[in-house]
Amino acid sequence: MADLLLELFSEEIPARMQGQAAADLERLVVGALSDRGLMFEGVKGFAGPRRLTLAITGLPAKQPDVKEEKKGPRVGAPEKAIEGFLRSVGITLAQCQKQNDGKGEFYVAVIDRKGRATAEVLAEVLPEAFAKLPWPKSMRFPNSAVRWVRPLHSIVCTLDGEVVAFEFAGVKSGNTTLGHRFLSSGALEVRRFEDYERKLRDAHVVLDAAERKEIILHEVKQKAFALGLELIEDQGLLEEVAGLAEWPVVLIGKIEDQFMDVPPEILQTSMRVHQKYFSLRDPKTGKLANRFALVSNMVSIDGGKEIVAGNERVLRARLSDAKFFWDQDRKRTLESRVDDLKAIVFHAKLGTQYERVERIEELAGEIAKKIGGDPAKARRAARLCKADLTTGVVGEFPELQGVMGKYYALHDGENSDVVAALQDHYGPLGRTPTSQNAVTNSVALADKWDTISNFFKIGEKPTGSGDPYAIRRAALGVVKIILDRRFRLPIATLPRYSNEIMGFFAERLKVALRESGIRHDLIDAVFSLGNETDLVRLVDRVDALQKFLKTDDGANLLVAYRRAANILKAEEKKDRTPYEGEPDPELLTLAEEKALFVEMATASELIRAEIERERFVDAMGVMARLRKPVDAFFDKVTVNDKDANLRKNRLLLLSRLRATLHLVADFSKIEG
Amino acid sequence: MADAKPKRLTFQDLILTLQNYWAAQGCLILQPYDDQMGAGTFHPATTLRALGPRPWRAAYVQPSRRPKDGRYGENPNRLQHYYQYQVILKPAPKNVLDLYLGSIKAIGLDPALHDIRFVEDDWESPTLGAWGLGWEVWCDGMEITQFTYFQQVGGVDCDPVSAEITYGLERLAMYVQNVEFVYDLAFNEHFRYGEVFHQNEIEQSAFNFELADTEILFQHFKDAEKQCQALLGGNKKMALPAYDQCIKASHAFNLLDARGVISVTERAAYIGRVRALAKACCEAWLQSPQGAYTPRYG
Repeated sequence: MADLLLELFSEEIPARMQGQAAADLERLVVGALSDRGLMFEGVKGFAGPRRLTLAITGLPAKQPDVKEEKKGPRVGAPEKAIEGFLRSVGITLAQCQKQNDGKGEFYVAVIDRKGRATAEVLAEVLPEAFAKLPWPKSMRFPNSAVRWVRPLHSIVCTLDGEVVAFEFAGVKSGNTTLGHRFLSSGALEVRRFEDYERKLRDAHVVLDAAERKEIILHEVKQKAFALGLELIEDQGLLEEVAGLAEWPVVLIGKIEDQFMDVPPEILQTSMRVHQKYFSLRDPKTGKLANRFALVSNMVSIDGGKEIVAGNERVLRARLSDAKFFWDQDRKRTLESRVDDLKAIVFHAKLGTQYERVERIEELAGEIAKKIGGDPAKARRAARLCKADLTTGVVGEFPELQGVMGKYYALHDGENSDVVAALQDHYGPLGRTPTSQNAVTNSVALADKWDTISNFFKIGEKPTGSGDPYAIRRAALGVVKIILDRRFRLPIATLPRYSNEIMGFFAERLKVALRESGIRHDLIDAVFSLGNETDLVRLVDRVDALQKFLKTDDGANLLVAYRRAANILKAEEKKDRTPYEGEPDPELLTLAEEKALFVEMATASELIRAEIERERFVDAMGVMARLRKPVDAFFDKVTVNDKDANLRKNRLLLLSRLRATLHLVADFSKIEG
Repeated sequence: MADAKPKRLTFQDLILTLQNYWAAQGCLILQPYDDQMGAGTFHPATTLRALGPRPWRAAYVQPSRRPKDGRYGENPNRLQHYYQYQVILKPAPKNVLDLYLGSIKAIGLDPALHDIRFVEDDWESPTLGAWGLGWEVWCDGMEITQFTYFQQVGGVDCDPVSAEITYGLERLAMYVQNVEFVYDLAFNEHFRYGEVFHQNEIEQSAFNFELADTEILFQHFKDAEKQCQALLGGNKKMALPAYDQCIKASHAFNLLDARGVISVTERAAYIGRVRALAKACCEAWLQSPQGAYTPRYG
């Protein structure tokens, strides 16, 4: 058994690409090995700022021998065909065997393929695998015929300590690599993974990204704790900085007091986006602390003094800029900025941001009336909701839209509901709870609906692969607000409504409800009755149905429904006529069919009434009462009676049953 | 005995140090181009010379104008006129990052004391139809250099690939001198940067944002575009003078942009027009001798 060590060493690989690249490399190499019959025991992949590494253990010394049979032309086939076959397999006619497939004899080439040495196979397949690595962005560089993410400098490839020689991207494989760019010097000679990992560590390189993350997290937390502070966790940032340091060293810097009355969101965003610093907070008050944690890639000879001083200086310049914008922005009211939106195009076919705001304003007012919000406040908030896009801070940090609207509106003395709406109308985002403020809800719904309905109108619908205008997210937001707040707002009452949009919403609804365990087929079952665009009512109905189907009565009734539906389907097909209509009471002969007829008549009335009053659970309860007569019917009554009239009448009775259940949902859509 | 604490480089020392360093690496030390431009990349010694097969190594200071960045001399680090130090190495040598780090050491930034990092930052110039992959180089969290492997210029593949190194000189000097306000920089032992440029920033900002006559600028743009096209039309293929006109059109556009008279949609259209010129110039350059010269008297 042999172990493979592989390292591709290049100039700095973008942090965001490292993890995927390691996974891709592993997938490609493993695929290439198994394609050639090389099985192994274990594989580990690693990525860092300058290297992709793969360690595979337990490879055989050579491929297994294989016997391969290739079917050739029939005996007596034209000479040309036989010649061609022999050429393709590389043997003579005498070496061919003959086999009989019952229709006659044909030639078979039996090729004994001796397994090749693993090293030889590796030298062949590895460069091919590397060339397939799908970097999100790659480049050409001198002396290389293939593209790589950045210039490739060296390749380590050893099998049981011996170099597997090949060439890729103008680089010959070998057994040397380099350590940390500044904390080590000279080449490191490596033989197998164990000494490779150890030598790298001695040369100030932590190979494993997971370990680098652990080190960073641990150090930040510890240093914060020593200051009586705690880390504001940021997984995305952690991933990124772990991809920017081979030897992470955490240092703590100070934010100057003059910046501490700038909104904390600005400080935090500036530190994260521009400088990749972690923010810290006071665990008691939750307030942002005047310290930050930076992750350097260096053990400097002065213990990090210059590095911290330098970073503090850079941050000072950054925050001065941010503070400048913050001070400038507050010199103008949001109201005065609304007109500036006329100069910003929202979408070529949908006009300017100003026109968009006018639409949202109108709609927010209408929605507020329906959901119990103050229409005047909703209109006011809608009017101001995009004004912060023209501010300096949002220009610098687009992700602070909304949040900055809040700060400026507060400064302008706007009403508190308006302020809340400006901040939260982009929500609900991710797992944040839905706002309980009806003004916010009105603006949020109006904003999202404006986007959804207008992009549908101009044919810019989300496709399988793309949703550049985030229409799915907007629809999910609408669904969440309406359901969480139980707003009775049938979407058919909104402007630019179309059946296509409703179909789209049904799909979104399934996604939104998947987590709460609501079955998608039941949504279909209720949705396909049509005409229901009140999402609250729709979901209540689905919910009641799901609960009902979990009961004995429900499950049984479903079985009975299917039985009825199957019989009808079969007979309708046989007779080439649909069975729909009222059964004739005079033709009901058996007690069980009479009972079912009577029960159904009452039940239909009751179900209709309960649905009308939106008492779906009660409607299900009525349905449950049908179980016994239905069961009795199937027990005692033969549908396909010899008497054609009786048969027809019984089929009509079954169709009546189908129709009754369809008052609640289209049971044919129910799966399982 | 060497000084325990090395003397901080003045602004001009910084330039001289870089000049000497890159001269020692076999670079031509060229002079700034005599047209107004947004960045050192626009200098034909980069834009045009990055194309075609002929090797090239050059370094130069390029005064760069970004009208929109004017702050009337009030901002600590934003200028509408500043200096870039530009190095172009074609083909990119394998040890180009080591060469670059050598230049950082030469100006007194000791990598043993600082945290130097290469952070992904791909470069694209829509007006030049150019792009490349590379990094911004961070020193203690501060961007001190833009490093790019050119992939395309004027929509044409760069083959061989060049390495472009661009230092923002003021920013670098501020770091080296530990200065917070750009105008406080020591230009040399006797003069501050502000004495040379503060008034210029005030007046040029007023020009860029308030006083530039937009009608004249629109005309400039049209004239330059027309002249550029004329120089490339038919069989003329006058790549170099045509490219001058392309630079002029680009600068006129930048001024119009600063004056706020170009809407979002128009903006894209103007950039497209400049790019078309740049592309045509690059194509004409590739059909020219590309600087080939045989000594007349041996």
